Amino acid sequence: MTDTSTPKTDQNVSLLNRFLRATEIDTRLLGMVGALLLIWFGFHFYGAIFGNGGFFLTPRNLWNLSVQTSSIGIMATGMVLVIVTRNIDLSVGAVLGLTAMIMGLLQVNVLPPLIGLGNPFIWIIAVIVGMAAGALIGVFQGWLIAYRGIPAFIVTLGGLLVWRGCAFLSAGGRTISPVDENFALLGGGPYGAVGATGSWIVGLLACAGVIWMLHSGRKQRVMHDFKLRPMWAEAFLAVVGCGAIIGAVLLVNAYPWPRGIVNAYAKANNITVPPEGLFISHGFAIPVLILVAVGICMTILMTRTRFGRYVFAIGGNPEAAALAGINVKWMTLKIFALMGMLAGLAGVVASARLNSATNALGVFDELYVIAAAVIGGTSLAGGLGTIYGAILGALVMQSLQTGMVLIGFDTSVQQIVVGSVLVFAVYLDNLYRKKVK
Amino acid sequence: MTNKGTPLVEMRDISISFGGIKAVDHVTIDLHPGEVVGLLGHNGAGKSTLIKCLSGAYQADAGQILIDGKPVTIGNPRDARAQNIETIYQTLALADNLDAASNLFLGREIISPMGFVNDSKMEAETRKIMQRLNPNFKKFNVPVSALSGGQRQSVAIARAVYFNARILIMDEPTAALGPQETEMVSELIQELKKQGLGIFLIEHDIHNVMKLCDRASVMKNGQLVGTVDVDKVTDEDILSMIILGKKPEKAA
Repeated sequence: MTDTSTPKTDQNVSLLNRFLRATEIDTRLLGMVGALLLIWFGFHFYGAIFGNGGFFLTPRNLWNLSVQTSSIGIMATGMVLVIVTRNIDLSVGAVLGLTAMIMGLLQVNVLPPLIGLGNPFIWIIAVIVGMAAGALIGVFQGWLIAYRGIPAFIVTLGGLLVWRGCAFLSAGGRTISPVDENFALLGGGPYGAVGATGSWIVGLLACAGVIWMLHSGRKQRVMHDFKLRPMWAEAFLAVVGCGAIIGAVLLVNAYPWPRGIVNAYAKANNITVPPEGLFISHGFAIPVLILVAVGICMTILMTRTRFGRYVFAIGGNPEAAALAGINVKWMTLKIFALMGMLAGLAGVVASARLNSATNALGVFDELYVIAAAVIGGTSLAGGLGTIYGAILGALVMQSLQTGMVLIGFDTSVQQIVVGSVLVFAVYLDNLYRKKVK
Repeated sequence: MTNKGTPLVEMRDISISFGGIKAVDHVTIDLHPGEVVGLLGHNGAGKSTLIKCLSGAYQADAGQILIDGKPVTIGNPRDARAQNIETIYQTLALADNLDAASNLFLGREIISPMGFVNDSKMEAETRKIMQRLNPNFKKFNVPVSALSGGQRQSVAIARAVYFNARILIMDEPTAALGPQETEMVSELIQELKKQGLGIFLIEHDIHNVMKLCDRASVMKNGQLVGTVDVDKVTDEDILSMIILGKKPEKAA
């Protein structure tokens, strides 16, 4: 059992490599951020030069982009688990549609007669029921896949049709609108955002979190005598992390409420609006905060718990996982249940944003969710994938879409571009992986 | 090695069939503390299948497993581990995408008081055991897919040794190894034997069997040909048991 690895000589290693090694930044992450910035600047300057002005890099557009990414991003975090364990879920869009419809009916037809219109509990009950319904659907599909041996592709392809059909039947094809007022806040909009002060609180908490993570990570390494990052690298990570967070806060706070909303708000609260208008910031939208919270929870789940460890083990070698005493079937069922629950949560965000539950809600979402996960580096062969990658992937997809809308591309052209980008991204990823090996 | 006292493991009258084919047909074998029992036979003789009944990967259709003379039920790999039975599979059963520590502790992660996996503790423990088993091992932070055959093997062995096994099952542990690494495995087997472990060793190389094993059980077509004391027979005798399926007269 000899170890043939020889330490690489440091003189040939370029400055960039040394930097990457010291900071331990994932080069894939760097690549994705680079691609994202390229897309953003590309659309902005294309608009500025050839079109009617650069609208992409404005607080307003980026704020909207963040809201539009939420629903797909939430589902993409769950899809990572599904794909890592070598499965697929084609039903998420339909599950989103059905759970949104269930929640819509609950808020509009069922609950108001029972507990009164505008009751503050309506939104809570609706959210719980919606997520539970999604989880139940996931349990059922997971059971068919794990315990009845039907391939996930078939079960969820069937699910795509079945749940969409159920959504149509449950409301007879009607659009259910409007949803409960409190519920609607979960979808964003001027009122569904936490405002300037709230955003600063969130931002500062996040900065504290970043520094705490770096600190506790270093403490762990010291405790076990592992190699430490150089101090300058730690400082660099802290500055970049906090800088990005504060930048985001400044950005969302730079997007003011529209004049009409301000006037309505001022009237309701007896504030006199000065002639130059009031500047009331949006701040972070609630769905974005939901996405961030989901992302953090899922990252902890994947990297810090046994559950996550088993997800990766099953993806890497299902047989070995079973021999190590992992109940692979039970894990599969739980993963699909989690996916269903997240689809339910995405249903909350999507229907709240539209302020209604429609039959078209979530159509084709499964494709965007899978594409987001795959662009984010989740390997369809299983065993590899990150939550932050999937969220970034969702952001890339949504940026493309928004950017093309802004510069006035047709829907057909949008589809062609999105499809091509997906294939190209996976090709690039393959090249990257080969090189790393 | 004399077979006195209660055996550590007794697999009594084990049968298991797959789709009408009897992979293991009424086989009885036993193992004493501090003993190495070789399991021999052609490919498809049923050795691995038999042993998988003990490691929990398969469930026997009929028969009994006794540990320290008490019947036990081993329904899955977890049950086997609870009985201090550890297995080194021929395929090594490693999750290629995980690092050495994650593989070593797979299914038995060290958990911090807050309920999270304690990666740095596990890595530290892995470094400790590797220091003992394979001091050259340095690649702790890469997926095991990036390791050489020998390094992967040492991860699989470390996993079996770390958790204080009483019964160790080794399915062709040296099949993928070079001469030097094979020697290390031999030394390890001797050392573990001294510590009082019972070892089932599935092995094709007759010289290894003669060198390492106290007894040898030979299987053919799912049936037990016989069990012999290795020092009372020649390698020719064992070979003829494997090939002809006949037990030598003098050892009967």
